[in-house]
Amino acid sequence: MIELSLYKKLLFPSGELPLQVDFNIEKGTFVTLYGKSGAGKTSVLRMLAGLMAPEKGKIIINGTTWYRSNENINLTPQKRKAGFVFQDFALFPNMNVRENLKFALNKGESEKIINDLIEINELGDLQQRKPDTLSGGQKQRVALARALVQTPELLLLDEPLSSLDIEIRKKLQQYILKVHREFKLTTIMVSHDISEIIKMSDNVIEIDQGKIVKEGNPSKIFTNTEVSGKFQFTGEIIAMEKQDFIFIISILIGKDFVKIIADESEAKVLSIGDQVIVASKAFNPIIRKIS
Amino acid sequence: MDWEPLILTFKLAVVTTLLLLVISIPLSYWLAYTKSKIKPVIETLVSMPLILPPTVVGFYLLVAFSPSNAFGNWLGEWFGLQLVFSFEGLVFASLIYSLPFMVHPIQSGLSGLSPSLKEASYVLGKSKINTIFNVLLPNIKPSLLTGIVLAFAHTIGEFGVVLMIGGNIPGETKVASIAIYDEVESLNYGAANTYSLILFVLAFLILLTVYLINGRFLKRFWK
Repeated sequence: MIELSLYKKLLFPSGELPLQVDFNIEKGTFVTLYGKSGAGKTSVLRMLAGLMAPEKGKIIINGTTWYRSNENINLTPQKRKAGFVFQDFALFPNMNVRENLKFALNKGESEKIINDLIEINELGDLQQRKPDTLSGGQKQRVALARALVQTPELLLLDEPLSSLDIEIRKKLQQYILKVHREFKLTTIMVSHDISEIIKMSDNVIEIDQGKIVKEGNPSKIFTNTEVSGKFQFTGEIIAMEKQDFIFIISILIGKDFVKIIADESEAKVLSIGDQVIVASKAFNPIIRKIS
Repeated sequence: MDWEPLILTFKLAVVTTLLLLVISIPLSYWLAYTKSKIKPVIETLVSMPLILPPTVVGFYLLVAFSPSNAFGNWLGEWFGLQLVFSFEGLVFASLIYSLPFMVHPIQSGLSGLSPSLKEASYVLGKSKINTIFNVLLPNIKPSLLTGIVLAFAHTIGEFGVVLMIGGNIPGETKVASIAIYDEVESLNYGAANTYSLILFVLAFLILLTVYLINGRFLKRFWK
């Protein structure tokens, strides 16, 4: 169980943003932080890893306190059992792939874990290569393997797939899920890609302007809004006009006006200025063969 | 032909460069990563020798180290150090005078590295010292080379500071640049020319090596 409560004033070029997030994560789950850039997602990951100090709050990982402002506890990144995959991968250019993994070992530890990770991530042929000779997808696999050498309790992924093309992305999503399950990790990923989130995560936390705005099962959160198959728009009522038994309601959706017919019982609860949803439920698209 | 001034020059340059390397790595690291408010002041002090006339640096060092002065007296009594008109004094003056040539390349090399390299090493449980020696320094080899070579070459070419604080004592403070001046003074142009030519060729070769290595022409030998 991971308990987290963080407060910090973040400084962005656009100004000051107070970040205030509280959430709990069950052990072994895959959680995604979703939201616009500059919402504070990466800052949350950096505070978890100990790379950025919060002003107030607590981070308790499976019963161990990593940070607690009112007891003055703040473990250094070195002492936190976290794995971090950076957006730019942060592979050490002076070391080859195997040396990058070996660097993560503590003194006297066996190299068995390295051999296992090289096998799981299919890095066997790349062991002697320097990072600047690798493709983006290969670098990502090395970074992922390196983050797991110390068998972390928490794996943090900062937009790990954003710089890769779709084909490689799909494959790497599988790798990440595979190690997540095999090492029984608790994983927190930052991502913008909704299909990726739905595919990979058990839970999604949407952050906007430093606050959590939505939290829950990803398919539920996103199907209600962005990836719906239905026609659904939100707009504002501009005018209502009674004609015999029906009402004609003018609604502004984006820049467009639409007129919609409503009966008396529907119109009763509406008034000018209301925000409304215009949706078509029983909509049946026509499919015709064209060649 | 007296080789002593040349040998003394190289001895001075080697000692100065080695000491500078030891001093400059922590100093550059601090300058590259600190958020302290006094950073501009320290940066200014480090860079001062770039624009101050060497005679000014030499003059103040001479005043400070003079045994008739409290500080110079204290140095002599406690450490047995005589920094005026001595080789130790030349080393000390050269350290100050060549400091920016070592610090600037290392500092800009460190600032140019992605901050995530350092952070990744910390998250992997590695200490600051381990990170400096195994991650940061190996990835700024060209900057280290530039710093070493510039500090070395600059120490060889030093004149004003040496003349002020070291004087012209054969075997102790009479380096090549002073020897050239000395020979010209006594109208001994032939000897002056020999010293000058050696320094000229040397400076050319040193700089050429830096440009060849850092310009990737010799990268495969270096990496």
